[in-house]
Amino acid sequence: MNTSPLRPGFLIPAAILLLAVVAPLLSENRYLHHLMIMACVWGIAATALNLVMGYAGQVNLAHGAFFGIGAYTSGLLMLKLGIGFWIALPLACLTAALFGLLIGMPSLRTKGAYFAIGTLCFNVIVTVIIDRWENLTEGQRGLLGIPPPSAIPLPFGLTVRFDNNMVATYYLFLIMLLLTLFVTRRIVVSLMGKDFRAVKGNEELAASIGINPFRTKLIAFVTSTFFAGLAGGLYASYIGFLSPDISDFHVTFEVLIQVMFGGIGTLAGPIIGATILPVISETLHALAAYRMVAYGVMLIVVIIFLPTGIMGGLKIVWTKCITRK
Amino acid sequence: MDLFLQQVINGIMVGSVYSLVALGLTIIYGILGVPNFAHGSLYMLGAYFSFLLVTAGGVNYWLAILISMAALTVIGMVIERIVFRPLVNAPHLNSFIAAIGLIYVIDNVALIVWGPDFKRFPPLYDQLYHFLGVTITLHRIIIVITAVVLIVLLELFIKKTTIGSAIEATAQDRVGARLSGINVTRVDMWTLGLGTSLAAAAGALIGPILLVYPAMGGAVTLKAFVIIILGGMGSIPGAILGGFLLGLIESIGGAYLTTNYHEVLAFGLLVTVLAIKPTGLFGKAH
Amino acid sequence: MLFQTMGLTKRFGGLTAVSDLSFGIEEGQIVSVIGPNGAGKSTVFNLVTGVHRPTAGRIELMGRPITGLKPYQVARQGVARTFQSTTVFGQDTVFENLVIGHRLRTGSGLFSALLVSGRERGDRKKSMAKAEELLSFLDLEHYRDEAAGNIPQEAQKRLSIGIALATEPKLLLLDEPTGGVNLEEDDSLIRIIQKIKASGVTICLIEHKMKMVMGISDRVVVLSYGSKIAEGDPQSVSRDKNVIEAYLGPGYAAKD
Repeated sequence: MNTSPLRPGFLIPAAILLLAVVAPLLSENRYLHHLMIMACVWGIAATALNLVMGYAGQVNLAHGAFFGIGAYTSGLLMLKLGIGFWIALPLACLTAALFGLLIGMPSLRTKGAYFAIGTLCFNVIVTVIIDRWENLTEGQRGLLGIPPPSAIPLPFGLTVRFDNNMVATYYLFLIMLLLTLFVTRRIVVSLMGKDFRAVKGNEELAASIGINPFRTKLIAFVTSTFFAGLAGGLYASYIGFLSPDISDFHVTFEVLIQVMFGGIGTLAGPIIGATILPVISETLHALAAYRMVAYGVMLIVVIIFLPTGIMGGLKIVWTKCITRK
Repeated sequence: MDLFLQQVINGIMVGSVYSLVALGLTIIYGILGVPNFAHGSLYMLGAYFSFLLVTAGGVNYWLAILISMAALTVIGMVIERIVFRPLVNAPHLNSFIAAIGLIYVIDNVALIVWGPDFKRFPPLYDQLYHFLGVTITLHRIIIVITAVVLIVLLELFIKKTTIGSAIEATAQDRVGARLSGINVTRVDMWTLGLGTSLAAAAGALIGPILLVYPAMGGAVTLKAFVIIILGGMGSIPGAILGGFLLGLIESIGGAYLTTNYHEVLAFGLLVTVLAIKPTGLFGKAH
Repeated sequence: MLFQTMGLTKRFGGLTAVSDLSFGIEEGQIVSVIGPNGAGKSTVFNLVTGVHRPTAGRIELMGRPITGLKPYQVARQGVARTFQSTTVFGQDTVFENLVIGHRLRTGSGLFSALLVSGRERGDRKKSMAKAEELLSFLDLEHYRDEAAGNIPQEAQKRLSIGIALATEPKLLLLDEPTGGVNLEEDDSLIRIIQKIKASGVTICLIEHKMKMVMGISDRVVVLSYGSKIAEGDPQSVSRDKNVIEAYLGPGYAAKD
């Protein structure tokens, strides 16, 4: 096996990471910074969905709800209780994971279409509750004025401030994305990750060799909701405003499309999808409906002709190049 | 008591429409194994087509329903051909996602073509009838009768025609059906056409009572899924019964449990049932 | 007795699939469960491995009850199985199939994964060594890196046995190990079954090919309509009047 540090599996991600680190310093363009920050948020959300869907094979259609639960938890904690960002963010992740546990326990006993539809129904319920529980969530008026991350003190009297500092915000979010990726990678290459694969491949066979399918799926599901909560928490403090739409099942579908487009079941795929698709959608903002039609067509075309997404396409091209040599 | 009776009648009316939608969805699931998330979008198209035929085309309402059903049959068949057929042998996830893609396409094409505003049918059969302290419009009675007639026709179609028995055989045993010379690919296509035409009929029937707008299908799709999961996916009697049951539950529950949350009653019900019995109320183990 | 069932009964609605079945397996033996189609053989396996819950009766492994355990728990107790329709992880390579088969002998969970603990590394090394060993035991080396779904049917059969063996079972249940392969290929599978026996694993197999059962079994249990109609060594069972009737229909035994 090729294990040299120059192999493409190492070189290409390293180059992209370098670009991601240097890029904000090369341009003053705030809009570019905004897109990069959002790419991190969606990158985390898509990586999380990919973990449960791409690796453990469970089509969780409540992802947007967990994103929303994370966002509202951190938003409410900061606004209503005055808790600082650095406490609110982990609490947002834990709350999302707790709901993940509560919902995962009953719903993961169902399979296939039942699970997909059951989770989709849960997503609708969450959005309606956020919308109607006005005493808590302000309903349709939304939560306004969620503060940005509080400053980090550094030695020698220096501080890193995040208010109105998009470059610092970007680096913070990038670190969170890398952390998410790191954990996901660790899991999928581990023996635990093999359990995921086995359960995805054939639950009955997996059980016959001593793997507990329910527990395996639950671990994947709860881990995924934890990171969905992280993405939501970051989103809340960057955008500063939340409305019930942010937990809507359209968010689920949006993230789902990012995962499929980039390449389900690969580490890089969701990041690629989460970077490219929001750019397309922001560019075509004025043409909202046309953009959605294009999304739909793209989703169908990708799923029929390139079910492994961009990453799958790249892999095919790469294998062709190698065999030609 | 009057309130209760009124809600029962409303429930039956809504339930008959639910039954039609769920019936279409369940036969599609039974044959193709695809949860067609876009089913509600096709119901929406059915409502728009009949609305346009009646208002812009000046066509008779009943003729408009028939034309909409025919048009949606064709659209359903085209969808089977270009979207679901290439995915027959792919993992299930892929056809889930293709169906979600279809929602985006259909709903937004409707949005572009017809705009976001709510459309209202001209007054049709809005004579009022009073009995036992209950008020009901003629149109509501017509909906229930028409839905029941369509359900009976579907049953006859499946039992009495060659296409129908091919569909039934394929639903029971796809491989066996293929071995005995049934062209299951063609059955897939017919089934999508048939199921979609039922959604169109439902949209066309309820259109004059509700408003017609591009996003009208979303909640209906989900409720139809709730019904067929509760009634057993692929089961025709389950869909019919479940449709009426959900209509009644919503209508009676909505009147008495006057909360903000009655529109999610169905989804709460489903999540609860699945938590207790993961294969649905009448579902088999696998 | 390594394994025994006592009064095992399973009813599905009104239908009794297995009725009051008691039989045992001595350590190191091959015991075959035979019977005409629909006799309830696969149901017995599904009861033993926890796929179905018995309506009544007990199942014991080495004197410990395993009745009512879930499939993964039964596997952890030391009972491995194959399925009637060849079942492998088709997307994974042959080697990966065997590695995952050894999973229950390793303990690494989520936290070892996150920390890449020494335990995780040790477990991985152990699983890979086991997989290598089984590759050569089952003569699958040349398929090592191929997707399991793409190798020939007979090799998939061997692989499915390998996945079960990777769990290091005390009792191996084989559901029609030669079903769906041709006659010449039967021999290679029979050799493997005998090799497994020689390595000290106790085997219970379901078959309807009588010839194969007679050649390799130490004892045979015959089921008909869910009940045991005969039990004993292959020779005596094959001469049993009830067995001949069950297989060939009433009347045949009388003429004999």
